[in-house]
Formats: sequence, C-alpha cells, structure tokens
Amino acid sequence: MPEMIINGLAVNFRSGETVLQAALAGGIHIPALCHHPGLGHFGSCRLCLVEILAGGRPGLAASCSLPASEDLVVETGTERVVRARRVVLGLLLARCPDAKPLLELAENLGAVKFTPRPGDPGCILCGRCVRACRAVGANVIGFAWRGRDRRVAVPFDQPPADCLGCRACEQVCPVNVIKVVEDRGRIRIFPWQSEIEMAYCRNCGAAIGPGVQAGRLQKRFPVEGPLSGLCPACRRRFQAALAGGLVIQPT
Amino acid sequence: MTEGGIKHRVESGRDLQALEKKGLELLYPGRPRIAVAMASCGRAAGSGRIYESIGDELERRGLDASLVPAGCPGLCSREPLVTVLEPGKARIYYSGVQPADAGPLVSALAGGEVYQKRALGAEVEDRLVVTGRQIDLGPPPGNLGLLADLDFYRPQVRLATRNCGCINPFSIHEYAARGGYRALAEALAGDPSGIIAEIKKSGLRGRGGAGFPTGLKWEITAGSGHDEKYIICNGDEGDPGAYMDRSILEGDPHSVLEGMIIGAYCMGARHGIIYVRAEYPLAIKTVGHAIAQARELGLLGENILNSGLSFDVEVVMGAGAFVCGEETALIASIEGHPGEPRPRPPYPARQGLWGKPTCINNVETLANIPLIAGRGGDWYAGLGTAGSRGTKVFALVGKVKNSGLVEVPMGTTIGDIVLGAGGGPDGGRKLKAVQTGGPSGGCIPASLVDLPVDYESLTGAGTIMGSGGMVVMDESVCMVDMARYFMTFAAGESCGKCTPCREGTAEILDILDRITQGGGRPEDLDTLDELSRVVKDASLCGLGQTATNPVLSTLRYFRSEYEAHIKDKHCPAGVCRNLTVYRINPELCIGCGLCAEECPGGAILGRDDQPRVISQESCTRCGACYRICPQEAIFFTGRGMPGA
Repeated sequence: MPEMIINGLAVNFRSGETVLQAALAGGIHIPALCHHPGLGHFGSCRLCLVEILAGGRPGLAASCSLPASEDLVVETGTERVVRARRVVLGLLLARCPDAKPLLELAENLGAVKFTPRPGDPGCILCGRCVRACRAVGANVIGFAWRGRDRRVAVPFDQPPADCLGCRACEQVCPVNVIKVVEDRGRIRIFPWQSEIEMAYCRNCGAAIGPGVQAGRLQKRFPVEGPLSGLCPACRRRFQAALAGGLVIQPT
Repeated sequence: MTEGGIKHRVESGRDLQALEKKGLELLYPGRPRIAVAMASCGRAAGSGRIYESIGDELERRGLDASLVPAGCPGLCSREPLVTVLEPGKARIYYSGVQPADAGPLVSALAGGEVYQKRALGAEVEDRLVVTGRQIDLGPPPGNLGLLADLDFYRPQVRLATRNCGCINPFSIHEYAARGGYRALAEALAGDPSGIIAEIKKSGLRGRGGAGFPTGLKWEITAGSGHDEKYIICNGDEGDPGAYMDRSILEGDPHSVLEGMIIGAYCMGARHGIIYVRAEYPLAIKTVGHAIAQARELGLLGENILNSGLSFDVEVVMGAGAFVCGEETALIASIEGHPGEPRPRPPYPARQGLWGKPTCINNVETLANIPLIAGRGGDWYAGLGTAGSRGTKVFALVGKVKNSGLVEVPMGTTIGDIVLGAGGGPDGGRKLKAVQTGGPSGGCIPASLVDLPVDYESLTGAGTIMGSGGMVVMDESVCMVDMARYFMTFAAGESCGKCTPCREGTAEILDILDRITQGGGRPEDLDTLDELSRVVKDASLCGLGQTATNPVLSTLRYFRSEYEAHIKDKHCPAGVCRNLTVYRINPELCIGCGLCAEECPGGAILGRDDQPRVISQESCTRCGACYRICPQEAIFFTGRGMPGA
C-alpha cells in the first residue's frame, strides 16, 4: 500500500483516498465539519486545513479534498494551521454563538473571539443537508444568495411539496439545527416546514415510513394483491403463508 | 457594418491570400478611409452620433470615402477618436471629435487638408506585427507631430492590441490583411507539439491574473488522454477598472478565435466556448459576428483548412458574478450550476467542463497566441523580463490625465506607465499610490515608482499583476477608504461557500466601516492583519485568497493613515466625512461668499465682506467650500485633533 507522511509519520492510503481519510484511518485526528464520508468532497468549512510541506503546492489545503499521494508531506498542527483554524472557528462561532458542537471544538482547539453576529438560527452553511438531499432525497434543499447573505433554503421558501421525508438532512447536520417533529401520523421537518404523512401497515399498524416514499416505492416496485400496504415484517409472514403467490413486476 | 459576399470556403494558403488581398483593398482603398473608434468607450463618448454625422456629411458633399467602425486605439480619455487615411498620406488621428466637427472635418478632407482643431497626431507607417511587414503610408503633414511620439504611445508595444483601432472588427478580410489566420495556416501544416514548444519557449504566462505558464497548461491538457476536450476563453473580466479583454473582443475578435483554433489543434479539442460577461453586449455581438464569419469561410467547423481539424466555438454569457472568473466556478456556471468554485485538484486541464479535460485561457493570452505561433517563441521572449516575457495591457484609470489602455513590455516601471504614458495625476496633484490587479491586488506607494512591472516584482511588493487594472490615486484619496471600497466589492462578490471568505471579508468590512466612521479601536489593526492573513491563507479559491490584498498592502505602506483614523479620529485626505471638520481661517477669509453659494446645506454663516463661519450642525462635510475657496482660507482637520 502506498504511504504518505502526516506529522512525520508514514501513513498508508488507498488510491483515491483523501488526506483526511488517510489520517483518520491512521489514527490521526483532524477536525472537520462539512466533511461527511458519504457525501463526496466539498471543502467549504476550512476546519480540516493542513499545511503542505512537500509534494504539493506549499501552503494550507483542506485535507478533506486533498488527494493523498506518495510524495506528499503534511503537518496538522503547525502554527499556521492552528492560527487559521482558530480564526475559522471564531468566525463560525460569531455566526452561531450557541452551537454546542462549535463550543466543544473551541474548547479543544481554541478560537479567536469576534463580535457575535447571530443571523441564521445556528446554521454553519456546511451544505451537508444540501448534498444529502441531492444524493438520497428529492433534491429540494439548496443554497440561496451569496456572501454573508447566503443561506440554506427550499424553493421560494415554501414548504417543499417534493420532500420525501427521508430525514437524511436531519441525520447529517453537524450542528443539529434540522429538527423533525412527529405528531399524529405526520412528521414535520424544520426549518423547511415540510409536512409528510406517515404510512402505516394495514395489518399491524406499525409505521412503514413517510407516505410519499412508500408511494414512490410502490410505483417503482409495485406490490399487488394481498401483500400491498404491509410493513416488511407482515409482508414476509404473509408471503410465507401464500407460498408462491407473490407477484413482483420490476420496472 | 457587416460584409456580405463571402462565397468561398478558405481551404488553402491561396484562398487565404485572396482574403488578405480583399482586406488590403478595404484597409487601403484608393480613396479616403475614415474610421471611427466605436468600442464601448467610444460609444459612451458619443461616437455613434459622430459616425452618423460624418456619413451624412460625406453624402451631402458627394465625397467618395469609405467610412468604417473600428475598435479602441487605447486613448480612451480623448474619445471620440477618428482616423483619416488618404492615399499616399500619413494617417491622421483626431481626438475629442464632436458631431459639429463632422462638417469642417469632411470639408478639410475634401480640400486635402488636415482639420487642425482636433488633430492629435500622424501615423506614417503600419507595422503588421504577425508578419513583421511594414507598410509606408506617406509623409506626415508639416505641422503635426507623430502619434508615436505622444507621451501616451511612446513606451507602448502593441502586440495583443495590435489591431484594435486599426481594423473594422466586423471584417474578417481586414483581419486577414493584417496577417491574420496566417499563423493558423502554418500551424495546421506542422506538428502540434512543435507549437506547444514555441509557446513554452515564449514564456507566455496567463494574462488573467494568476500567471500560470500557458505552454505548460496546453501541454498538460494535450497530454490528458480523452477523446473529448474543451478550450474555453475566459472573458469574464470583472475587476473594477479593467477592460482590456472587452476592448480586444470588441476591436479584434478574430485574434482570439485564431488563438483558440490553434489551441484546439494543439490540444485536440473539438469544442470551444467564449465565456463573456453579459455586461459586455457589444463584445458579445462582435464575437458572435466573428464566429459566424469564420464558420461561413470554413475557418471553424469541419476539416478546417483541409487539415482534418474540426472545431467550433460558441458564446456563453456570464450572469454577473465576479467569482465566475475563477476556473472551476466558470465551469460550474457553463454547466448550469450556481457559480461556485470547487476544490482543485482535480485541475480543469485533467477534469474540467462536463468532467473532460479543459483548457481555460484569458482573452489577452489567446490574442497573443497567433503572434507566437507566427513569429516564434524566441521572438516573443525577446521582450520583457526573465520571469515575465512579452507585453501586458494595462487599464490606466483613476486620477490620471491620459486614462486608457496601455500595452508595454513587461518590466516597464510603474513610473513610466503612470507618470509617463498616463501623464500623472490631473490638476497638479501628487501621485500617492497605484492599485494594481483590482480588488485582488494591492497598492504600490508613490515611493516605489521605479518598481518594474512583472509578476515577481509585484508579488514581492505585496500586490499582483492580476488582469492588469491600474487605478491611480493622488493625495485626495484616503487609503483606508480605498481598502474599504475594495472590501465592499469582495464581500459582496464572495459566493459564500467557504467560511474564511464569506465571514472573514464581511468581518473585515465591518471593522473598516467602523474605522472610517470614527469608531476605530487600537486593537483593530492587529485583528485586521490576522484576519486578512488567514482569509488569504485558508480560502477555497482565488477570490478569497487575494481578496484581502488591498487591506494587507495599505496596512504595510499606509499604516500611519490607519493610526490617524483610529487614534486622532482624523482622515488626512478629508474623505471620511464622520472624521472631518471644516473650518474657515478668519484671517485669510476675504468674505467673498463663494463658499456660501457653493454650500448645498446652507451651513455657511455671515454676510457682506465679513469672514464667514461654518455651522457644524448643518455642515455635511462635502468639501465643496474647501474646493471653491480662492483664498485657501478653508481647511479641514480631524474630529479628534486639537483645535477641531
């Protein structure tokens, strides 16, 4: 396996991996916020900066989007890295002074103090929800405006009709500002205000998932006859009982 | 304006010669040729009406002359510009021409005379840079100096702007007559790697700002194995005050097209895109026309010049975001995504538009390509300095007498450009600083006028070459306010993707706003310095990486001015209104009352020949009284200064 040098240590990496992936696999911790292993490179929060000493353009680079390569030598704790990280964290904290994950990071890494300027309720604009919605949801979340006016938004700021209620956005948000409320057979996702009716098993009454998603599944992989509208557990039980009567029509 | 009658495909050197022959007949007709500079700058000065007036006048007198639009010859401050060429005589440049001049100008022409009132200078020869050929026009009139001897033109070597102002940009024939498409024909007969070698030898570096070696970029793209590749011309010129790319696209679009076709041949691209900002409608029209002409003649399309090369170009309009000048944001914009950059690597030369290898070159860079391909890398490298070869076009704007586009060899000093060609600040004021590279660059103080302008020297002085904007500032400019202006631009144009650029530029702007309004704190300077360094170091793309240069360079060269704002609440230039107090010295005031007449706020009290007093409650600190006072009895001082 090829090797690169991080903090003076030889670290193995697989071809195609980033420096951040190689570091984590090698037990070297690099703080990161916008990075998510399932969502590809984005490089926006700039917290995972490392300093390239050799094998690349000297200077700071975001390790989450820096391809690991054999002659690369990087450091994760030089004065330059630490200074930049503290300023970046300080700037994020000025934006979201109450975000717990940021406060914890600041306690460990230190942060430069700037005048707090809370605007958007706690969002650090890492774009993980945007990318998750594009990857597994219905691509209804995006960025609006630019510069400091930038924010994460849904089209026309209206409750998005296409939202599947998959809750991927909630799951990937590093600062927990996306909230889901379950209430009488519906879920509401904030701040998008999408409202999705849940689907329930005809037989046992257990929740199957968001109705839109269940509907989409039914359209793509139709289940007809006595097996339709059942939760997976009930369906398997019925299936065994029907022994061979199952009709699946792949599209 | 357009030329019809194009019938034949250009397939060989002989066809090209026919094109050239027709172009020479257009450029040097056996009758007077009048060219009106009608690029955006000329049109803004009213050249459209002048074109019409001259046309009417020619018709009225029944004078047989050819009247054509041309691009900008560079001297924008003297627009509208008109040139007149009579057979066997020197070409006469007229400046500041008004519609009322059309009559006397045409009548002077009818009498074989020079219209002295607007005459600027004479040109006795045309040098075709691409071929090295020289065409003698005729002797100059006795009482008119040579254009080349004017301060503005003396230091200039016009390579990238070789045809701007000379040819009708809507005529492919006139371009061919100036040696155009000849380098392409030669290139297509040779080996692509040979041309890349010449470009590497020429030392040409990207003229868009970063200065990456063009030959190397071409080599990498050529070596990126793929059956589909793209070449993009970056015409998203966004620096406030820089407009050389617009001028080239408006005045000589075929030079850029020829550069792109040569590039396509060298790198194996089949598709080209010219990305022009939507704010340049004339450039878009001119380029679109040039593409259509080239296509009609078979210089774009299938099997160009029977070489087997197939290549076509389309224009894509930018939607008005500065960040789209950055390669990866530009690509995102073309693909229909929001104009936001992505991390590099992968570099576009390996993975660019639609994931395919893509070479992105600036307009001015491409305009140089036919010259290098035609005359060789050594010839081009003979100009300029060791690290920066060739020439660079600078947009000389701001507090300078001769504003316009100046093309000089690399290594020319700031002084030769700003004080020499530019004539220095107007009104006898002293030069204070020059901002190079627009909002991404930094300022150079007047003490460094002997600094040679090349990539390394500018970087060493804390600024950048950038696209070549040069904003000249005299003593009346406040450097803190200037830095604040550029940060307003950067913070407004930051796409907001990465933290340092989005939050950092806005934070810096807040601090500068506070300082210029009198709320500066002693610790602000350290904060500004640290923030600026981190934004430069940690941002995702070139916008953030250079956005704080105006702050860092003013902190470096004009720190005392920041300190005056913070400690003394004093703006030495009197620009920051919240810090400035105007007073009248009663001993100097003669009571003429001019100040009271000028004051928009009625803030000047007193009457008859008694010394006047300024009511501080009503004063808006506009400085009108200060500028009008014939006795220099009015002065300003800082809010926190003793005696204020």
